[in-house]
Amino acid sequence: MDLRITHTTTYAYDQPVSYALQRLHLRPQSNVMQTVLDWSLEVEGGVVELTCDDHHGNIMDLVNTTRGATELKVTASGTVRTQDKAGVMGKVYGAAPLWHFTQQTRLTEPSKAIRALARPLKTSDNPLRDLHGTSAAILNAVPYATGQTYTETTADEALAGGAGVCQDHAHIMIAAARAAGMPARYVSGYLLLDDRIDQDASHAWAEVHLPTLGWVGFDVSNGISPDMRYVRIAIGRDARDAAPIQGVRMGPGDESLIVTLQVQQ
Amino acid sequence: MNTKPEHFDEMRVGDDAVRSPYDSYKRWFDEQPAGRFARKSKEAEAFFRRTGITFNVYGQVAAQERLIPFDLVPRIISGREWNKLSRGIEQRVRAINAFLHDIYNRQEILKAGRVPVDLIARNEAFLPQMMGFSPPGNIYTHIVGTDIVRTGEDDFFVLEDNARTPSGVSYMLENRETMLQMFPELFSRIKVQPVSDYPKNLRRSLAATAPQSCNGKPVIAVLTPGIYNSAYYEHSFLADQMGAELVEGHDLRVVDGHIAMRTTRGYKQIDVIYRRIDDEYLDPLTFNPKSMLGVPGIMDVYRAGNITIANAPGTGVADDKAIYSYMPDIVEFYTGEKAILKNVETHRCGEADSLKYVLDNLADLVVKEVHGSGGYGMLVGPAASKKELADFADKLRARPGNYIAQPTLSLSTVPIFVKKGLAPRHVDLRPYVLVSPEGINITPGGLTRVALTEGSLVVNSSQGGGTKDTWVLED
Amino acid sequence: MLGKTAGGLFWMFRFLERAENTARLVEAGFRIALTRSQDSSSEWESVVTTAGVCDHYRKKHNDFTAANVIDYLLRDKDNASSVYSVIKSARDNARLVRTALTVEVWTAVNDNWMTMQELLKRPIKETDLPRVLDVIRSQSALVRGALHGTMLRNDIYDFARIGTFIERADNVARIIDVKYYTLLPSTSFVGSSLDNVQWETILRSVSAHRAFRWLDEEDMTASSVARFLILDPRLPRSLVFSMKTTVENLNYLAEEYGERHACHDHADQMLKNLRERDIKSIFDEGLHEFITGFIHDNNALGLLIERDYKFYN
Repeated sequence: MDLRITHTTTYAYDQPVSYALQRLHLRPQSNVMQTVLDWSLEVEGGVVELTCDDHHGNIMDLVNTTRGATELKVTASGTVRTQDKAGVMGKVYGAAPLWHFTQQTRLTEPSKAIRALARPLKTSDNPLRDLHGTSAAILNAVPYATGQTYTETTADEALAGGAGVCQDHAHIMIAAARAAGMPARYVSGYLLLDDRIDQDASHAWAEVHLPTLGWVGFDVSNGISPDMRYVRIAIGRDARDAAPIQGVRMGPGDESLIVTLQVQQ
Repeated sequence: MNTKPEHFDEMRVGDDAVRSPYDSYKRWFDEQPAGRFARKSKEAEAFFRRTGITFNVYGQVAAQERLIPFDLVPRIISGREWNKLSRGIEQRVRAINAFLHDIYNRQEILKAGRVPVDLIARNEAFLPQMMGFSPPGNIYTHIVGTDIVRTGEDDFFVLEDNARTPSGVSYMLENRETMLQMFPELFSRIKVQPVSDYPKNLRRSLAATAPQSCNGKPVIAVLTPGIYNSAYYEHSFLADQMGAELVEGHDLRVVDGHIAMRTTRGYKQIDVIYRRIDDEYLDPLTFNPKSMLGVPGIMDVYRAGNITIANAPGTGVADDKAIYSYMPDIVEFYTGEKAILKNVETHRCGEADSLKYVLDNLADLVVKEVHGSGGYGMLVGPAASKKELADFADKLRARPGNYIAQPTLSLSTVPIFVKKGLAPRHVDLRPYVLVSPEGINITPGGLTRVALTEGSLVVNSSQGGGTKDTWVLED
Repeated sequence: MLGKTAGGLFWMFRFLERAENTARLVEAGFRIALTRSQDSSSEWESVVTTAGVCDHYRKKHNDFTAANVIDYLLRDKDNASSVYSVIKSARDNARLVRTALTVEVWTAVNDNWMTMQELLKRPIKETDLPRVLDVIRSQSALVRGALHGTMLRNDIYDFARIGTFIERADNVARIIDVKYYTLLPSTSFVGSSLDNVQWETILRSVSAHRAFRWLDEEDMTASSVARFLILDPRLPRSLVFSMKTTVENLNYLAEEYGERHACHDHADQMLKNLRERDIKSIFDEGLHEFITGFIHDNNALGLLIERDYKFYN
């Protein structure tokens, strides 16, 4: 399936920017699940200072906002050909060893409730089936709802709050898998929706490593493993590692963020 | 506490014989008129204070600048002793760099089971952001200050590897300068190997690790947390001596994919940064977002191959006190040779058997925090009161993995000048090592720290220790 | 050179200059208080006003006694412009720019700071004041001597000089402004002892009382004193001298860097404004207005230099 994506992020600043840097994870790479046919990154109100790999093998771009700018607009767009691998990324490894993905982070630090979710996984004779079970249990406990959580919400807080978005679902899934001793990681990317082209935000899901299959994806929010409607952009131990954009800004003032995203066939 | 009488004295053998490295010095000393030393002592202090060679003490008012007491009697090492020492240090430093490259890339030593994965995985100094990246020349620790103690004629132990940001080298240089000013005639009588090339060598060594993208003469800068940092004097001294700019985080920006400093004529690219700020504060975009000291984006610029950071971020994983206990294995794994320098026997309190042993023998041991430095959070068993021992035992039980324990070493003594003349005090030694693709350079000498209180084994400047000039003889 | 270093040098020398000027102000005030029998509090008040710290002073003290004013101006740590505070700031800036200083300059500043710590440890007795002021002045002279004797004549030196002369021009202009009414020909009683004392004080605060007499070109009149302080190119603390030196050093920078900035044009214009005037036209314009305008332009010049040479982000 060929997916055409246009992802625009616009920062509006209420005061001219003196100095701001944004680190982008906005370049998909070809792998067993997808082939990037064409891709481009455009920046208005800033320049790309450099492009390099990060420690998870993602491509990152460092963007410097033009001094005095009041708006920064980053547009990533292109076409990616996908295949359905039933969510199995397989035994593909980068520089980071598996033990790295067994380590919890501040955002995935497990609570009692998360440990309870992990319990069946610990003694499982069919981890693939039971991970799907965990995924369903998470969605049941934390129905999809926007506006209830924010980017810094931890897995524990989202689970306790009983509502969240794909980021929270992925974090809880990762936290539970790790609590059961399984390497797990966060994947950010895009998803083609059946009913619309325009979306408010990019997507995220979890991958868990099984000795038999290697890395397998679980999209808790949709209750499935990723198929040909999914495009992956970046991985990490949590959302902070794989965030499409993160930045620092010096000086006073406020900023607002608008994301527009189109994913279509 | 009183030291055992059998400790090794580097000057005296028995009651009146003098060890050969001290021969000439002792003869000279005995010729000096009474009162000259006391006078020179005062002169030296005034010299240090005027020059502003001070350090700030943590936990005290920011403005508090203190002098580290300087003792006028040099610590003397023969050329032969030094050669053995420096071979051992060089071997160890090579192994440390190889270890760091391995740990951040293929992790063969973990796969081989020679170092437990947990030791790295749970190590706060391990920076995942360094994985899958090779710094220029595969050098991680460009500047090392290996702490060495001596317990006998041929017994040198490494106490700490100080691979991240060793300090004190300015004292090595100023101490020699002071001695040259105070006693010029001594240096014509006794041939001492010079230390004054250190800044030139440092500059050369840093320049040699410039990234490939650098064309022309590399621009070097020293990154300091600022004038209130305890080691600011040293930062400005080194920058000055190297002819490098002394910069703070707010002088720097990312410009054209490089790190650049704000000059009166606009931004100017930096190729090599000798940073004297800790990893955590280095890059608010990557590490602690609240850091005001760092340079946002420097890690990206680093990974893109556009700057060399010395020492490399994440180097601390090699000089951790828990890793220390594996150093003999590490040296053997990467060099294929037995370690030339000995390691002090180390009990890892995280291991149940060791913890039991340590608790049973606390009064005889020195216990240190795995990540601590500067003598803080440490227990010297033989010097501690019953209550201190009991309190520390509680801390140990609460967080055993946070501590290691070592036997109390009977550190060698060297003479210092006191009212009555010469008196022995315990010392350690920190030689300074430079690593570049051109090779390893160890300045002959180093910083001798001395516990000024009779019998004390704590040599840290923050805890009342002093320093001495360290002579390596041309023999 | 780092922009921060340029800024550090500029401020280091502004602070050193300020210390010296404050000491002179105190000396002049002390002198007038000694020589006048009646209440001297208004004199001390004008000293504090001239130092530009009157508002803050009033928060700490209710009256202007010699002891309070001397203490406040020389050793009060809460007063950012006290001699103690500015020498500390000068030394902090020197630490910041240490790599740009010769050992001699650094040692002189460090010595100065160590001396002040000792000298200003305890309240100063009036009998001891002359000695204390003398030490302050001679310490400043030692730093200046080290600067002139050991520093390369490059951008480092230029920023040091520019800081010195912008501060000096500001201080002298404020001295004139606080006393401007005594310098107005219309309101002064020529030859009256009151005016003589006032003029003498002004001249003393810029160490120019002997110079003025030596020049012996004119009688001491309001306009001759004003002309001397504003327009005499021979007096190293006159406004025109300060401006001329600032312009010179700015020009050296432009030459060295091969680039002129807004600050250059601004400074040139200020110098022109002084050179093309005589004292009569200044009185015609209004001395107060003229001096207020100068202080404003001088501040603006400092800000332009700061921007053009990138002292800060």
